[in-house]
Amino acid sequence: MTTEATTIAAAQNAEIAHPDTLAIQTFGFWIYLMSDLIIFATLFATFAVFSRSYAGGPTGKELFDLPYLLGETLFLLCSSFTYGLVMLAVHDGKKKRVLLGLAVTFLLGLGFVSMEILEFHRLIVAGHGPDRSAFLSSFFTLVGTHGTHVTFGLIWMAVMMGQVAVKGLTSPVQSRLLRLSMFWHFLDLIWIGIFSLVYLMGVV
Amino acid sequence: MNQAPSESIGVSRGSLKSYLTGFVLALILTAIPFALVMRGAWSPAATLAGIIIAGIVQILVHLHYFLHLDTSSAARWNVLALLFTLLIMILFVGGGLWIMSNLNYRMM
Repeated sequence: MTTEATTIAAAQNAEIAHPDTLAIQTFGFWIYLMSDLIIFATLFATFAVFSRSYAGGPTGKELFDLPYLLGETLFLLCSSFTYGLVMLAVHDGKKKRVLLGLAVTFLLGLGFVSMEILEFHRLIVAGHGPDRSAFLSSFFTLVGTHGTHVTFGLIWMAVMMGQVAVKGLTSPVQSRLLRLSMFWHFLDLIWIGIFSLVYLMGVV
Repeated sequence: MNQAPSESIGVSRGSLKSYLTGFVLALILTAIPFALVMRGAWSPAATLAGIIIAGIVQILVHLHYFLHLDTSSAARWNVLALLFTLLIMILFVGGGLWIMSNLNYRMM
């Protein structure tokens, strides 16, 4: 009887560390992403309200360099694709391919962030900073929040490269890589909204 | 213990084919609105509609091919959470615009 009870208890303990844990963690992270989506929704709403409040300052049409922004978009889109390849390599248990994929994704993401910082720098130097008009305030808040997210994604990715190199593809590392993949694809998704609603519609 | 994470949950299954399909579709759906705006061949209203439609389709492509959301039971709760978030987003964005345009109208 006692042995049986112990066996059951052991089985229940094992269940706590069961693949279910992964599903729960993944779902929890998804809920976080949804709350993040609401943050972006409020920023999009603010931008939509102020999108014509130029206060005599420059309009989107005068400021936005669409071919440059297409370059930024392609950096982020390609990085989303290469992160997909990372997840395939994780699935196959190919550590070197995972590291290579993460490095390429990191560089593409870094390219995106650098281009965005350069764009912000040009705007601010030309006197079109966030203090110029409500339009530019909401623009910098929205795009800057997204850029900050990508920057934290890059930090996370650097940490994961270290973990994969040192610990290998253990279950916890795989589960973290999976959550980072959700984060990364999610940020690309937000960028579609920014590219369409802020930049393309700002120029039309 | 070393089971690949992509077996049991909704958001992670993927194959090279699905990622490639998603990537190519996303590239096309980025190029279309960009070309519409750059060439300016359509009227502004039609261009705006084109941008919005391409954007929505591209978001769906990303959700399906990159985040692997579908109607399978594994992804059901993720989809439900997303739908609920969309409801809140519509309230925020739609309500915000409605209130502000109304205020604007009354202040004129």
